[in-house]
Amino acid sequence: MQVEEFVLGNSWVHRLDPRVKIVVTLVFSVVVALNSHLEVTAISMILPFALIICARLDFGKVMLRLAIVNGFILFLWLFLPFTTPGETVYSIGPLSIQKEGVYQALLITLKSNSIILMVIALLSTSRIFTLVHAMSHLWVPDKLVHLFFFCFRYIHVIHEEYHRLVNAMKMRGFKPKTNMHTYRAYSYLVGMLLIRSFNRSKRILQAMKCRGFKRRFYILHHYEMKRFDYALAGSSLAFSILLMVAR
Amino acid sequence: MHISEGVLSAPVLGGGAALTFAGLAIGLRKMDYEKLPEVAVLSSVFFIASLIHVPIGPSAAHLILNGICGALLGWMAFPAIFVGLTLQAILFEFGGLTSLGVNTFNMAFPAVVMGYFCRHFLKSPSVPVRVVSEFITGAGAILMSGLLVAACLVLALGESMDSAAKLVILAHIPIMIIEGLITVFVIEFILKVQPEMLPGTFNASR
Repeated sequence: MQVEEFVLGNSWVHRLDPRVKIVVTLVFSVVVALNSHLEVTAISMILPFALIICARLDFGKVMLRLAIVNGFILFLWLFLPFTTPGETVYSIGPLSIQKEGVYQALLITLKSNSIILMVIALLSTSRIFTLVHAMSHLWVPDKLVHLFFFCFRYIHVIHEEYHRLVNAMKMRGFKPKTNMHTYRAYSYLVGMLLIRSFNRSKRILQAMKCRGFKRRFYILHHYEMKRFDYALAGSSLAFSILLMVAR
Repeated sequence: MHISEGVLSAPVLGGGAALTFAGLAIGLRKMDYEKLPEVAVLSSVFFIASLIHVPIGPSAAHLILNGICGALLGWMAFPAIFVGLTLQAILFEFGGLTSLGVNTFNMAFPAVVMGYFCRHFLKSPSVPVRVVSEFITGAGAILMSGLLVAACLVLALGESMDSAAKLVILAHIPIMIIEGLITVFVIEFILKVQPEMLPGTFNASR
């Protein structure tokens, strides 16, 4: 499974304190999501674009990612321009395109992509384990942090197990079609994954107990805010506040 | 269906976040450290299952399985689904950070409701009763999720979303049927192979 594909790299964006990354992304996302001006939203895209350029991410890959996640937005474009009441700018047969609808669809598209770019620029350039560690410093409940840690740890293991089972099915000549046999086969695949994982989780618990698990992970490496982290946190938050005031 | 970033209005986003916060609080309180590895590993399974595409005629749909998630985990479906959706938002940018609250609630609340419903009937020795209730669990969870997504769109974008909301619900119908069937097969499979996985059925006569 190809995950964490933007993590590789050694730019200053990659090396930023993950706590700063999480806080800045959250504040920026909320400010952009709640704003309702086209111009302000367009300006907001400067920050994520600048960060992506500084992180020297593969631009093609970023665009591909954007194209994939814009499916839902495309769905809205099929409706909003036609159904929002307002001034008609163009009509094709029984359908008429409304100015207000186009405005709203465009606003949503820009907002959505601005936030997604910010998530790619800051969060996707850190490893999940690093972000989870940072969450434990940001008042996220311990249980939730542990849940993130274990869940991501075992996604890879279970993905491998899934592939083993799928390969076994393929070797026996399984071809998915729209019929009961296919659905039953997939169900047994999922059922088997659930049962094996349940049993695995019991072994994990035993292993944790054997090692004297005391409801916490002892972290050896601690983050230290450098001058640079303060500078980026300050300027990004200032930018977000400007966006908020500008509306 | 995940609702993307930037689509919903502030009251809908805030409402979803508050409801998810409450659900998470209940779920985390019910989950003690003994249970933690189980919830975590099952939530990785649901993450992987959402990558499986099953054919429906010429198209395909990915599995959601929130009915089964609710039947296995009860209120702990909230933290399990929240973790899965957050990882999807960071790894693949599906859904989003600001809509995380709404998306979690849309999937986890139906899971909890249908999970309670399902657990009630799992003790039944009659196979038809079990099969029907399992089908309702899987299909009902998807139906509720579809209705919630449609309601969010209409609440945020107004009446102009009426036809889109209807289409969202229509699109969920084939998925409902398939999730219903898969839920029946999966839960019957678990009852046969490892019944102690499902709460309250361990001593059921089989």
